[in-house]
This record gives sequence, structure tokens and C-alpha cells, in this order.
Amino acid sequence: MAYLDHAATTPVLDEALEAYVATAREVGNASSLHASGRRARRRVEESRERVAAALGARPSEVIFTGGGTESDNLAVKGVYWARRDAEARRIRVVSSAVEHHAVLDAVDWLAQHEGAEVGLLPVDEVGRLHPDALRAELAEHGDRVALVTAMWANNEVGTVQRIAELAAVAAEYRVPFHTDAIQAVGQVPVDFAASGVAALTVTGHKLGGPVGVGALVLARDVAAVPLLHGGGQERDVRSGTLDTAGVVAFAVAVETAVKGQQEYATRVAALRDDLVRRVRHAVPEVVYNGDPEDRLPGNAHFSFPGCEGDALLLLLDAQGIYCSTGSACSAGVAQPSHVLLAMGADDDRARSSLRFSLGHTSTAQDVDALIAALPAAVDRARRAATPRTPR
Amino acid sequence: MGEVRAGIGSTGEGRVVRVRVLAAMSGGVDSAVAAARAVEAGHDVTGVHLALARNPQTYRTGARGCCTLEDSRDARRAADVLGIPFYVWDMADRFHADVVDDFVAEYAAGRTPNPCLRCNEKIKFAAVLDRAVALGFDAVVTGHHARLGPDGLLRRSVDEAKDQSYVLAVLTREQLDRSIFPLGDSTKAQVRQEAARRGLAVADKPDSHDICFIADGDTRGFLAQRLGETPGDVVDATTGAVVGQHSGAYAYTVGQRRGLHLDRPAPDGRPRYVLSITPKTNTVTVGPAEALEVATVHAARPVWIGGPRPDGPIECEVQLRAHGVVVPAAVTVDADRLHADLRRPVRGVAAGQAIVAYRPDPAGDVVLGSATITD
Repeated sequence: MAYLDHAATTPVLDEALEAYVATAREVGNASSLHASGRRARRRVEESRERVAAALGARPSEVIFTGGGTESDNLAVKGVYWARRDAEARRIRVVSSAVEHHAVLDAVDWLAQHEGAEVGLLPVDEVGRLHPDALRAELAEHGDRVALVTAMWANNEVGTVQRIAELAAVAAEYRVPFHTDAIQAVGQVPVDFAASGVAALTVTGHKLGGPVGVGALVLARDVAAVPLLHGGGQERDVRSGTLDTAGVVAFAVAVETAVKGQQEYATRVAALRDDLVRRVRHAVPEVVYNGDPEDRLPGNAHFSFPGCEGDALLLLLDAQGIYCSTGSACSAGVAQPSHVLLAMGADDDRARSSLRFSLGHTSTAQDVDALIAALPAAVDRARRAATPRTPR
Repeated sequence: MGEVRAGIGSTGEGRVVRVRVLAAMSGGVDSAVAAARAVEAGHDVTGVHLALARNPQTYRTGARGCCTLEDSRDARRAADVLGIPFYVWDMADRFHADVVDDFVAEYAAGRTPNPCLRCNEKIKFAAVLDRAVALGFDAVVTGHHARLGPDGLLRRSVDEAKDQSYVLAVLTREQLDRSIFPLGDSTKAQVRQEAARRGLAVADKPDSHDICFIADGDTRGFLAQRLGETPGDVVDATTGAVVGQHSGAYAYTVGQRRGLHLDRPAPDGRPRYVLSITPKTNTVTVGPAEALEVATVHAARPVWIGGPRPDGPIECEVQLRAHGVVVPAAVTVDADRLHADLRRPVRGVAAGQAIVAYRPDPAGDVVLGSATITD
């Protein structure tokens, strides 16, 4: 088996799992006043400090959530509502055409149900967002913009955005800037304070923590209307009993991933470069999507001309090689990737794409297994794309 | 490919040959049990659900339905229980072009299409089978109730009420050679029991009998939406008199009695039926029941699968619509046409339906061939 889908989810780190199990054995609601509650609260607050330290934030800026989708929704909707409440003319949300659906669909929901207007910034052919495009947008609409949201690194094609430059443009216009850094933390250096962003999404299961726990790092001076109302936990922004064990394991994973980031990136990028070189050799007509240089170390994303991505996936799956078409699913039906379409790819190139993503458990054998299986799979997928119809 | 079925076919005890098969899983009980039997026979089975609706919410659900999100989840759940890989294939465009648009065009031309048959012919055993073969699969497994044994002959299911050999009779030899129908020797009740025993949650899912892409079952409304209202005359065949109005000739089927809304009763006071539909003049012709009787049937696009195509007329039985009566007939067939002299007149023979010829057989009536009725 070769697991080449770490961008979907990556194995839990041993130390995170151990921390989870140890904490989960203890009873305690972090909001309770007695000793057991105090013990749980101490674990949560220590975890908050560890996450803050790893991400260059203050502990009070870390809001634990149920994961990336929740953090993105809280940032997009919560900040939009708060800004609109403060200044009624601020109903415009600026985003990019290559965001994850957790952002894009939240933005779209605001447009459908909350009267928001949307400015979607274009990207270039490698999926890069240009500060000039943001500046032009804000110069024209700046006084009506509630927030800007743009991802740190793209989940499909791996392109790393120049977030500090973009955040600086937003700051010129005093517009809060949210970034979905789900794919970035632990992969590339991420520093909340240094980047100048107002809000940052991070989730556990992409960096060796458990699924279902993440955080929104939210600057103290940025208000967000809560999505969840109740006990007033997490600065009143995110009610709900804290998942102490999840939070502890998440913090261990964030700290471990960030601490080891440089060494990890060097090792995994070397494996990835080998994979890319050998895929290109095996299938010379492949198109390597995304920024060839400034990209996530574990990401390799290709279009295989003449193939359908889902056919290739099926064939590789049958050989024990796990990858992704990297596209959105509805009832499992592959749609052409909105990211590739935004990068100017045609429908065929978008439908013919596959993402291989390496991670902390990846080895040279994984790459060998892919290269051994790929040429035959590509041949077959190509034949399947032009079917013969009897009679 | 006889070997493929030898291991898994619904009749006979052939050698077990392990093959790679693609199980088309609709989300209903039949296809789930068919896939389970393929797994149990030792084959390398991959489940595929066909996404046929452009907007999945609008399609009908049910054991034979295949188009809603719920069906997709049911199919996935069954595949997970069986421990087989599962994918969804988007066939919506093909389905619309080859089945839905064809359905509308056939009605507009005054014929009465059978969309399930067309779906088998163009989608399940064509587009899907072609893709499967190209991807390295040997055959497609479906939950149709029909027998297809090592002899390669297509026969009626043991469950006559559920028999689907009629809608499979359009398949060519090539298509049948890569098809496996594991349910032909079982009744529907047995299939449901087996599903329950295997822990498949779809065991109790109700049967679906209507056209999957017409969610509310209102075929006339569906056609009206696409073809518009085109009022015209209803004419009595005997007198030539206009006896009523219709809002679109396409909404009628030969043999139909209800919903004619005639202004005047027939002189003899007996009920009248639709005898024919003439799109050119937008006329629906009605008449007494006996005028519906047909003794000869002409059909086009024949497929002959029950052996070599006969040189002269052969005595056999024919069925002229799904779940319709079966009558003895002398059938003559060449490369382009099929002609049947019915030994007993039949009412309500509609152009666009299939005529299927069977050879009676104690081991299950054998499908000899089929063709599309023209007149």
C-alpha cells in the first residue's frame, strides 16, 4: 500500500494519540469549578499556550473549534456579521477563485442569504493570487468591504500564496484579512503575528492530530459574531463544552509539526521532487499543475492528458495506491476542479487531474510503488476515455 | 467469455474462474444481492453507482430506482458491507441524451418508448460496459431478474412476475457475453430474505415501478413541459367524425382508454380506445376495442441472440410489451426487419415498444431475439 493522500488526512502522531488517550481517561469539564474541572481547564489552557507559541499568536487569540470547516465558517460569517453590524455599508466579501469550499460556500451562503456582495479575485496560471488584484479591488470597493479571505496554501495544486503581502494590502485599507492555513501549518513557516493577518484557520488532522478539532486564531481587536450560542466558552465566540482530550492532542500535533517543519519540508520535498521527476519520465505528456517552486513540500499535482482522473484513481486504488482527484464531490460525482478552471485550464485538463500528497510517514517505497503502477494505469485510463460502442 | 459465467452464472455448475467484475449498484436490493453473490463466488468485484440525474433530488427512489442521493448512499453502504471498492460514475449527460431525450422524441413521433430497455441498451450495457472493459474488467454484474447460463442463452427468471428478460432482449451477443445476472434462479422474496441474512439494509426497500426520471409519476405532465401544449382533434375511426379535443397527441398511447375526455359517446355506446397517433396531423384516432386487434407486427433493428438467425419463418412465442401477454407467432427475421404473424390477435400493440421472441423451454423460456415495433 502507498498512501499518497496526506493532504486529505495524515496519520495521527504517536505522541498526539498518547496525549489524547491519557487525557480522555480523566473526567472533567473545563468549565466546572471543582478540582476535576480545574484540571481539565489547566490542560486546555496549557494547550492554548502551546498552539499560540507554535503559531506566533497570543494565547487569548486561539479559539478552539470543531475543525477547519467550522473555523472557516466562523471567520467568514462571524467577521462579516460583526463588521456589517458595526458599519452597515460593509457588505462586500473579497475572496479568491481557488479557495476551499469551506470558504467559498460560506461566502456564497452570505451572498444568498445575507445580502453580501462578493468580489472573487482571479489567480494566474499557477494558482497565484496577486497583491495588485487585491489592491485594485480594495481601491474600488474598500469602504464597503467587510473582510478579505484567502488561503495560505492551496489544497489541490499546492501553490503557496504570499500571505504577508496580501495582508499588508488589506491593512492599508483597514480591512480584516482571514487566511485558511489548513494545508500550510507544519508544511511551510506560518507566523500569525508576523504575517499580519487578522484571523487564521488551522485544523488537527492535516498535521498529525485528531479529526474534529482545530482552531481559529483571531486577533484580539477583531470581533466575530458566534455561529454557536450557549455556554459562552472561548471568548463567547464558540460555545460548547471543550473537547479536552482533542485539544490536548491537537496542541501536541501542532507543536510537533511546527517544531519539525524545516526538517520535514526538506525530506518530503526531496521525495516529492523525485516523484515528479519520475512521473514526468514515465508519462512525458503530463502537465505539472501549480507553482513549480513555491509550493507545499508534499504536493504533486498533475493533469494526465487523455485520461479521466476518476478512472486513474480507480485503477491506482486497485493497485493499493491511494491518491485523490482533488476535486469537490457531490454524491461522489467528480466535478472538474474549480481551482484548475480558475487557473485557466480547460475542462479536459481539469477532469484529468490527480493529486499525490506526501506526508510524515511517506517513504521512497511509496514513490516506487506509484511509478511501478502508473504507466499501465495511464494506458488503460486513456483507452477508457474513448470507449467503443458495440453495434 | 462463457468461462466468466461458468463461475458465477445463474445456471449450471461450471468451473470457478476468478474474474474482475463491475457490479452496477443502483442502491436497491437486487443489485446489492447480485454484487454479494459475485463476491461470494470468489470474484474480484468493484461496485459502481451510476449518477444519472443532473439534479439528483428530482429523481425517484426505490429498489429499482437509481438516481437519488439516498440511492447513492444506500449503494455505497451495501458496498461497504460487502467490503468492495465503490465509485460513482457520472453518466448524467449520456443518460439524458440517450434515454430521456429519446423518450421525449419517441412520444413526439407518436410512438411509445420503453426507457428501461433503452437504458440497458445504451447506458448499462454500452457506456458503462465499454468503460469497464477498457478499465480492465471482464464483465458487468447487474441485479436483473433473468437467467443467463453457461450456454449463453438468456432466459426468463424463475420469478415470472419479476422477470426482466423483456428489457434485456435488446442486448447483442457481444453485450451478453460480458454480462452476469446472478439473480435469475431466485424469486424476489428469496432475494429479499438473502439481503436480510447478509445484513444489507436495503432488504426492505420498496420496489420502484415507475420511470425513474419522472419523479411524480406524471408522464403526461413531464411530456407537456418539454413538448408544450399542441391541441388537436380526436377522431373516430369508424365515422371519421371529430369526437373530442386533446392538448397534445404525444400524451396518448395505443390501447389507452382512460383520459380521452370525448365529447360524444360512440353510436354503439361501447368504450373507445386509442387506435393510433398521427403526429403529422396531430390527430389521435379512437375506435372500438376490436379495432385494436393486431394480427401482424412489423419491427425494425432486430437483434437475434438465441442461436443462428433462421432462414425462414419459425414458430415461437412473442411478447409485445413489458409484462404483456405472450402469444404464439410465426416470426421471420432478416438483417434489418422482423415480421411476426400472430396466431391469436393482440390488442394494444404500440410502435416503439419491443417485440421479443421466446422459445418455450421447461428450463426457462429462451429469448431468441427482439426488434422495435414499427407498425
